[in-house]
Amino acid sequence: MKKAAYSFPEEVLEHVFSFIISDKDRSSISLVCKSWYEIERWCRRKVFVGNCYAVSPPILIKRFPELRSVTLKGKPHFADFNLVPEGWGGFACPWIRAMAGAYPWLEEIRLKRMVVSDESLEIIAKSFRNFKVLVLSSCEGFTTEGLAAIAANCRNLRELDLRESEVEDLSGRWLSDFPDSYTSLESLNISCLGNEVNLLALERLVSRCPNLKTLRLNRAVPLDRLPNLLRGAPQLAELGTGAYTSEMRPDVFSNLAEAFAGCKQLKTLSGFWDVLPSYLPAVYPICSQLISLNLSYATVQSPELIKLVSLCEKLQKLWVLDYIEDDGLEVLAASCKDLRELRVFPSDPFGLEPNVALTEQGLVSVSEGCPKLQSVLYFCRQMSNAALNTIARNRPNLTRFRLCIIEPRSPDYLTLQPLDDGFGAIVEHCKDLRRLSLSGLLTDRVFEYIGTYGKKLEMLSVAFAGDSDLGLHHVLSGCDNLRKLEIRDCPFGDKALLANAAKLETMRSLWMSSCSVSFGACKVLGQKMPRLNVEVMDESGPPDSRPESSPVEKLYVYRTVAGPRLDMPGFVWTMDDDSALRIS
Amino acid sequence: MAPPLLVTREEGLSNASTVASASSPQSLDCFSQNGGVSLKERNYLGLSDCSSVDSSAAPGMSDEKKDNLNLKATELRLGLPGSQSPERGPDIFSLSSTKLDEKPLFPLLPLPTKDGICSSTQKTVVSGNKRGFADAMDGFSEGKFTGTAAINVMLSPRPAGLQPTAKKEIPSKVLQGQTGAVSGTGGAVSGSSPASKAQVVGWPPIRSFRKNSLATTSKNNDEVDGKPSPAVLFVKVSMDGAPYLRKVDLRNYTTYQELSSALEKMFSCFILGQCGSHGAPGREMMSESKLKDLLHGSEYVLTYEDKDGDWMLVGDVPWEMFIDTCKRLKIMKGSDAIGLAPRAVEKSRSRS
Repeated sequence: MKKAAYSFPEEVLEHVFSFIISDKDRSSISLVCKSWYEIERWCRRKVFVGNCYAVSPPILIKRFPELRSVTLKGKPHFADFNLVPEGWGGFACPWIRAMAGAYPWLEEIRLKRMVVSDESLEIIAKSFRNFKVLVLSSCEGFTTEGLAAIAANCRNLRELDLRESEVEDLSGRWLSDFPDSYTSLESLNISCLGNEVNLLALERLVSRCPNLKTLRLNRAVPLDRLPNLLRGAPQLAELGTGAYTSEMRPDVFSNLAEAFAGCKQLKTLSGFWDVLPSYLPAVYPICSQLISLNLSYATVQSPELIKLVSLCEKLQKLWVLDYIEDDGLEVLAASCKDLRELRVFPSDPFGLEPNVALTEQGLVSVSEGCPKLQSVLYFCRQMSNAALNTIARNRPNLTRFRLCIIEPRSPDYLTLQPLDDGFGAIVEHCKDLRRLSLSGLLTDRVFEYIGTYGKKLEMLSVAFAGDSDLGLHHVLSGCDNLRKLEIRDCPFGDKALLANAAKLETMRSLWMSSCSVSFGACKVLGQKMPRLNVEVMDESGPPDSRPESSPVEKLYVYRTVAGPRLDMPGFVWTMDDDSALRIS
Repeated sequence: MAPPLLVTREEGLSNASTVASASSPQSLDCFSQNGGVSLKERNYLGLSDCSSVDSSAAPGMSDEKKDNLNLKATELRLGLPGSQSPERGPDIFSLSSTKLDEKPLFPLLPLPTKDGICSSTQKTVVSGNKRGFADAMDGFSEGKFTGTAAINVMLSPRPAGLQPTAKKEIPSKVLQGQTGAVSGTGGAVSGSSPASKAQVVGWPPIRSFRKNSLATTSKNNDEVDGKPSPAVLFVKVSMDGAPYLRKVDLRNYTTYQELSSALEKMFSCFILGQCGSHGAPGREMMSESKLKDLLHGSEYVLTYEDKDGDWMLVGDVPWEMFIDTCKRLKIMKGSDAIGLAPRAVEKSRSRS
């Protein structure tokens, strides 16, 4: 029999599979044959769902009956910038309800850009006895009451991370709901909370949890309470301060400096809201051990930043405001040879005039001086093809490159040409580039470059660029590994979209807003491609109240095995097989 | 409602943006409303590009061509990425070659002229597709009824490549050149200073958390070094029974009238019963006047939640005071809001 001759016993296969962690590999395993599919699905413990509407809870549960960890993502990325109206979707509740019934041993839930209610949090708190990790990244819809339920009930909780979520902060009392017997906390991130938490409760919690490695406080935690907290957790590896300001007093300063010095394992610092520069030196003693520094809320000027950064010789990741200026970035390039990731945020994004001396030169310096630089997010007000060319040649190892020239459609400031060639150089030289965000004046030509060279590109963000459908066509037909494409305010329309309809099934999603895609084309796409959900968003009324050739406001297309979703709000229309019936 | 702003683009599309241009900062409906008029005549193939430098109107296209394009636009040819059916080939690839040939003629760059109007002509005339965006951009900018709107219209789409000095000169020119009358590039100028840009929704791409954090920081620094007050002030707006919440940036408005018009537009489709439950939307758009009547006929009132958590009627306190204390907005049915008036009066008495 085939089985005896060619395969291992199930237990052996299962054991082998347990060493395969990557989702992609697991997926490949499951495609080998039916019996491997079966074995794999029973021993899969961790699942990542990049688009919660691509699959449904019943489908997930049916295939993977023994999950311990689930990650779900909801709204499209552009929701971060207010392009997705409230109520669009991404509701966690149906998932949590379903998982509560199916996975009593679930340990980890990670949600990104989803709407989570207090009710959902209560269900989590009461349904999973061994619940360990809750990460709510850029979520919304819940209050501190929901957090209280988690604190009170999850005896084995290790990680509670609310990064950048919008929490209705009713009271800081919830933290006290962690029972005194609770000691298993390893990671706590409450940096997004608006109000003060109960500081005594926090101190007691921190000092009784010996495995606490990550503590990210919110702005409301005053600086003078920080030393106590640090002394209660000298094993901390990652710290996010609260407001970093206080009346300048030598005793407060020395207390703080001492407390920092006591944290020998501290590798990551963040927070630093409302920085009083004279308190910055308190962290100098530990700078040499830092690998990650997030100063992107620290509104201090270049000299202070330079001083700090020049001491961080092991730094791998730096997030900072453009107060650092070109000079500061030059110092960074000279001091931090291990730098892998740089993000420079604008301090005054809506101002008309540049308020700091930060130009393309800063990025060029870093690209020259930091051989390991892989990931860049850079906001600036001017750029040139020459600079981009230099950066590309200096750093062919870039994997993520996101450039935001603040003024839409800014040309090369030296030549007044489009920045096509510059970005072209980036995609041509950086052969492993996976993520790219464009800005500035760009014609269809840049898309030709991207289609030709961006073979490893997985995510592309485009705004105010291109001339015609050809641009979109280049990307859709050329970028073999494209998974996510998000476009706003570009003259891309029906032709490219319809000609590359099949490509869309190989991608996670496509977002197009303020483009030239007509309602008629959306209908056609929806009707012809049953495995895509084609959703049109229009807040001024049903799209069929306008001519078919009218462009739709927003279009979101994603592949799915779950069919059209049923929780759409009134301003979202799905174009599917019977859309004609639905709308008319 | 604010008077419709006319974007008198050089092509002469007089009602290109109509009502939509006075839209809320959040809504993109100016673009879709444009669609009714200007975008129908869009030139998908960019065939008019080579003549566009001279021609003043992309819509100068024969009807026959227009029909052709519309047909082609909605005709679906499915193929693997990269494959082209022979018939289709010429469309895309000739486009490519003509495009490349046209490159030298293709006036992509805004000419380094101080006259923003001229350069925007170039930009918009060149391709019908693009026209929509320039309009959209201007529509957005015009929608921001702070005094900065006019300046920003000049600055936001166009003179990006200009040297800083040139940039500086433009605002004053615009200010001087502006009258109450609408021009192709700007909205009415009110008295406020050109301190900050008009905001295109979601640009630059910065998360709200970061925007709000920076805003709060600069507010705290205000007294110390006199920096301008926070650039953004997002509050949620809800409406009883409406399908969606919106967020508005109160800094985009300088008067209650502006805020009120913007909110009317934002929620208009709900009021008119268009965005009801799925599958049962009304088909006819109500007239503007009907909408006005609905809102002004005390069927709905605008209320806000202040820092103390009390719900008050909007409009009782000076604007500056209002944006300082407003945490959230709500459009309530008039009948529900009856109890609010006395409290509001009392509060403002105690404040003043």
